[in-house]
Amino acid sequence: MSIPRVEEDEVEQLPPDIAKKARALLFSLVRPHLPMAVFLLVIVVLTALFLVIGPIFIADALDNGVPQAVAGDPGPLIRAVSAFVISAIASAVLAFASTRLVGITAQKVVYSLRSRLFGHIQRLDLGYHERSTSGRLVSRQTSDMESVQQFLTYSLFDTALALFEMTFIAVTLIVLDVPLALVVFLGFIPLFFITKSAHSSQRNAYRRTRTSIAKVIVHFVETMGGIRAVQAYRRQPDRRGTLKDEDTAYRDANTDALRGVAWFAGWTRLVGNVTQTVIIIVGAWLVIEGWTQIGVLAAFILYLRRFYGPLDELVQSFNLYQSASAALEKMAAVLDTDPEVVAPAHPKVLPAHSTDRNSGATSAEGSGQAPSGRSIDLNHVRFSYGDGPDVLPRFDLRIPAGEIVALVGATGAGKSTLVKLVTRFYDPSEGRITIDEVDLRDLDDAQLRKSVVMVTQESFLFAGTIADNIRIGNPDAGDDEVLAAATAVGLDPYIRNLPEGYETDVKKRGGRLSSGQRQLVSFARVFLANPDIVVLDEATAHLDIPSERLVQTALATVLEGRTAIIIAHRLSTVEIADRVLVMDSGRIIEDGTPDELISGAGKFAQLHKAWRDSLV
Amino acid sequence: MRPLLRFWPDLRSRIGVYIVVLALTLLANGIQLIIPLITGHIIDGPIAHRDLSGLWLPVFGVLVIGIAEAVALWARRLLIAPVVAQWEITWRSRLFDRLQYTSVAIHDSWESGQLLSRAINDLSQLRRFFAFGIPFLVTTPLIIIIGTIILTFLHPVFGLIMLIMAVPTIATVTVFEKRYREASRRSQDTVGEITTEVEESIQGIRILKSFGRSPWAAQRFSHLSRKFQGLEVRKAKLDSWFWSVLILLPTLAQAAIVAVGTWGVVQGWMTIGTVVAGVTISMVMRMPIEMLGFLLADALMALTAAARYWEVIDIRHDITDADGRIADAPDVGRYKGELDFDNVDFHFADTDRDTLKNLNLHIAPGQTLAIVGATGSGKTTLASLVPRLQDVTGGSVRVDGTDIRELPVNEVRNLVSVSFEDPILFSTSVAENVSMGAPGVDDDAIWHALEITAAKDFVERLPEGLDTQVGEQGLSLSGGQRQRLALARAVIGAPRILVLDDPLSAVDVDTEDRVQRALREILPDSTTLIIAHRPSTSALADAVAVLDEGRIVALGTHDELLGSSALYRELMGASAAAEHSTPGQATAEQFTEGGGQ
Repeated sequence: MSIPRVEEDEVEQLPPDIAKKARALLFSLVRPHLPMAVFLLVIVVLTALFLVIGPIFIADALDNGVPQAVAGDPGPLIRAVSAFVISAIASAVLAFASTRLVGITAQKVVYSLRSRLFGHIQRLDLGYHERSTSGRLVSRQTSDMESVQQFLTYSLFDTALALFEMTFIAVTLIVLDVPLALVVFLGFIPLFFITKSAHSSQRNAYRRTRTSIAKVIVHFVETMGGIRAVQAYRRQPDRRGTLKDEDTAYRDANTDALRGVAWFAGWTRLVGNVTQTVIIIVGAWLVIEGWTQIGVLAAFILYLRRFYGPLDELVQSFNLYQSASAALEKMAAVLDTDPEVVAPAHPKVLPAHSTDRNSGATSAEGSGQAPSGRSIDLNHVRFSYGDGPDVLPRFDLRIPAGEIVALVGATGAGKSTLVKLVTRFYDPSEGRITIDEVDLRDLDDAQLRKSVVMVTQESFLFAGTIADNIRIGNPDAGDDEVLAAATAVGLDPYIRNLPEGYETDVKKRGGRLSSGQRQLVSFARVFLANPDIVVLDEATAHLDIPSERLVQTALATVLEGRTAIIIAHRLSTVEIADRVLVMDSGRIIEDGTPDELISGAGKFAQLHKAWRDSLV
Repeated sequence: MRPLLRFWPDLRSRIGVYIVVLALTLLANGIQLIIPLITGHIIDGPIAHRDLSGLWLPVFGVLVIGIAEAVALWARRLLIAPVVAQWEITWRSRLFDRLQYTSVAIHDSWESGQLLSRAINDLSQLRRFFAFGIPFLVTTPLIIIIGTIILTFLHPVFGLIMLIMAVPTIATVTVFEKRYREASRRSQDTVGEITTEVEESIQGIRILKSFGRSPWAAQRFSHLSRKFQGLEVRKAKLDSWFWSVLILLPTLAQAAIVAVGTWGVVQGWMTIGTVVAGVTISMVMRMPIEMLGFLLADALMALTAAARYWEVIDIRHDITDADGRIADAPDVGRYKGELDFDNVDFHFADTDRDTLKNLNLHIAPGQTLAIVGATGSGKTTLASLVPRLQDVTGGSVRVDGTDIRELPVNEVRNLVSVSFEDPILFSTSVAENVSMGAPGVDDDAIWHALEITAAKDFVERLPEGLDTQVGEQGLSLSGGQRQRLALARAVIGAPRILVLDDPLSAVDVDTEDRVQRALREILPDSTTLIIAHRPSTSALADAVAVLDEGRIVALGTHDELLGSSALYRELMGASAAAEHSTPGQATAEQFTEGGGQ
């Protein structure tokens, strides 16, 4: 309960070296494609080359081809025109190849970024997820991702092409006339300062767009997710107002970013055009003074226009880069967060089941084989969220293999926290938790989750069929196993009533399941998962009593020999327990068999009496 | 084209700015046609004649035009920026509002990610299109046409060449357009699927972690992003054909102009000056033609985005006021709070199977009726009819004798307060979450409501009391705590009608009992419909209705029903102990036997 709330700003607060981390992330994404990048570079160089030399063939045709053709020799003219046609075809082929390869490569990079982000978010511990909002993580993987994809698809290649084209033209200019070329390069001084200033202001604006759109997404997701309450409590005007506030911030950030582009593009073009004028004046003066050939100046002016042309591309790319790098920063911040619950470097293996003697060394699979439990030990365990007060003061607890333990206590007594430690959603602040003498922190996730499964009252369904949803317990389960699991928990009759039975899509036609039915799906998952240790945290809260009993009967069968920890407000669950633990303010205050405690005079005796009285 | 044309009213409202932007775009692009002419003049004139004095005027011209071009570029972007940024959020607010008033049943039929991706990705695509796509799409063909006309004036043969080139261009566009449109639609729909998958993977994280299914989820996601990758690559491949054709064709046209032109010079029916001019013009025209490819692709993506946007805006609102709209704050009349279900039938729109059938109930003002029924018997559906989250498909629900469908939706919702099974808290303070039920109440009223729902103690212990932020962006509360806050929201301001859908399932028996008694004592005038699983709740109700497969099968007081209804006894957990019967009704003793060792 007392999880320290991480201030929103703190979540959004990016570390000072985030720009560096974002660049490192980008580089690490592109690195596997370096051979392709080199190949693309060759294409870029060739494309730029053809762009520059194409006009030369035309000039050649006009300057040399025509006079010679008039003189009776059409050869040079035909050669020049043919060369131009060939260069045109080559340009088209290169454009074809580059568009394709850039598209393919950019998509590979985006795919790997998506996967990396998705995987990392899954690895992040529950504490992180409880602190951050789903909408914000969604925005990282959708809106921010789009920004990165835009940049990779449309900019990376164009930037390189523009740079090479400018380089080739620069070389040509130098070859043509050094003093004039120097005038051109003088234009780079203001361009440098313009770019530098645009860099900081645009980065700022784009960071604001990323932060504000994330807030819009958070608000959108929350509103649509809680639409029942929004409508029932007539919150629409209020939600609309909040959206307007968040969106206004986004609009302003976006307007600033777009206006920044306007200034940047305008200044850049102005510098280019003014340089052009200066070149004409200086060039004319040089020509008139006889220091430069007139043909040279003509060529110079023609090339100059093309020299500044790619600057527009660069401005465009620069902005897409700024937007993408703001997005990459956000992603890098997520990727940079280390889960507090970490996978072991050298995982240990759980010992073979003690009850597996007759079924060999393999773990028990399917319902036919002997089920088995594992012992749970908590040694000197203490838990607090961060540096907060102790939620669970230091304690010891041993649950032998096969024991079914009911955990009882008022809301906030620490029951859920205790089971979150046993299921390793959190690590204890102090002490160790072992199952069959192996520290939870030494088990890899796959093995831990195969062995320990928790069901809570939250019964989330994923898009897909009902069968798919049950199979979350065990993706390899066959149809008959799914059917058996659904039957065991009493879900089968409901499913049969649905239009397409087990293949009904839970989000589409006829797929509406009540909260009780959804909870039964959760239980069916446990049956398929077939774990050694089952943890139920209020897992039957939404069920009516007969359904609860049915589930309990089924559980009693499946729990045979397994270790179980059950939290329930309805004390009916206690009846299948071997042992009851009563918790209060993070401490275990009573511990005994149900009979002992009921016949005693402690808290449990009172609770049990109240519950008995509440029954008919 | 239609989905894009439907944005005309927005465009018209800013048509002045937009026309200026179009003009500036045309200006900036048109200038490119002029500058070569002037520089040509400078080279041929003053420089060739080494006449410095003749230089100043054209140089001044170049400078002015250069500045004008830069200013046009700057002004175009500067002017359009606030307009499109505003459009984007206007469209989003329309989409958001449409969805806010869309009935729950229709909401449920949409994947959440499909809505989000439309609100975000598609709208940013449209923003880009309106900022750059349209101005260029309008001006580029104009430039091409002007260029072609100039070429035709230079020599008809040049015009003919351009026309011949237009044939394969149009053919390519036709072939490309249909395929690209399909690819774009599939790709943008997949963005929606990916968004759904991402949302679920985060919202369902506890389940994925409990079962160690993160790798499974990652694989599912990977499958989907591979699909998306494939679709985007398909678009890139279509682009590659299209763009390279559009690079090739104008270059070939240029070559043709050179070839035919020089041949004409050799033959003597054309001058070299004409050829040079033709080549220069065709060189300038290459850029706009090449750009057509990008513009068309952009337009098709925008078309898809627009279609996806309108699909949401066109969602029919099926639960509305009499005039087909939904007023936010209609006048609320005075009601006694008599609630009737009159031959109510209900089935979901996509099935004929009745969820509720021929249901009759009467709750007198101030009375409490408990609804009891097995999982899936229709209890939640029944509860959702009262605040008009769903409307009946037969019969009527009446308040003081008036069919609630004849009342404004929000009048009904003002009369009826609901507490849901899954408590929904918003990302705001405890105080605001609770006072939603009766806006404008003071802190005392909030504390009073919290006291009724036994939430006062824990709220007092929260770090900032009533001002503590809760909800997804705030403090994590336990299920029981959230339920009690949500219940406090329902009871605050003593609503006329209270609908409680299993509001305390996650609360311990003791607390539940206290809350139930408090409710009865403090809200004697509220007509209450409560869905109950526990005997203690139904025992406190004035009457209990037993729901079975959408029908009321028994009605009476708790004690009467215990005597008369076997189903009721079973649901209340009483029959099993008495009957020792089927496996589905095993007794507590059996559990002990089964679970022990």
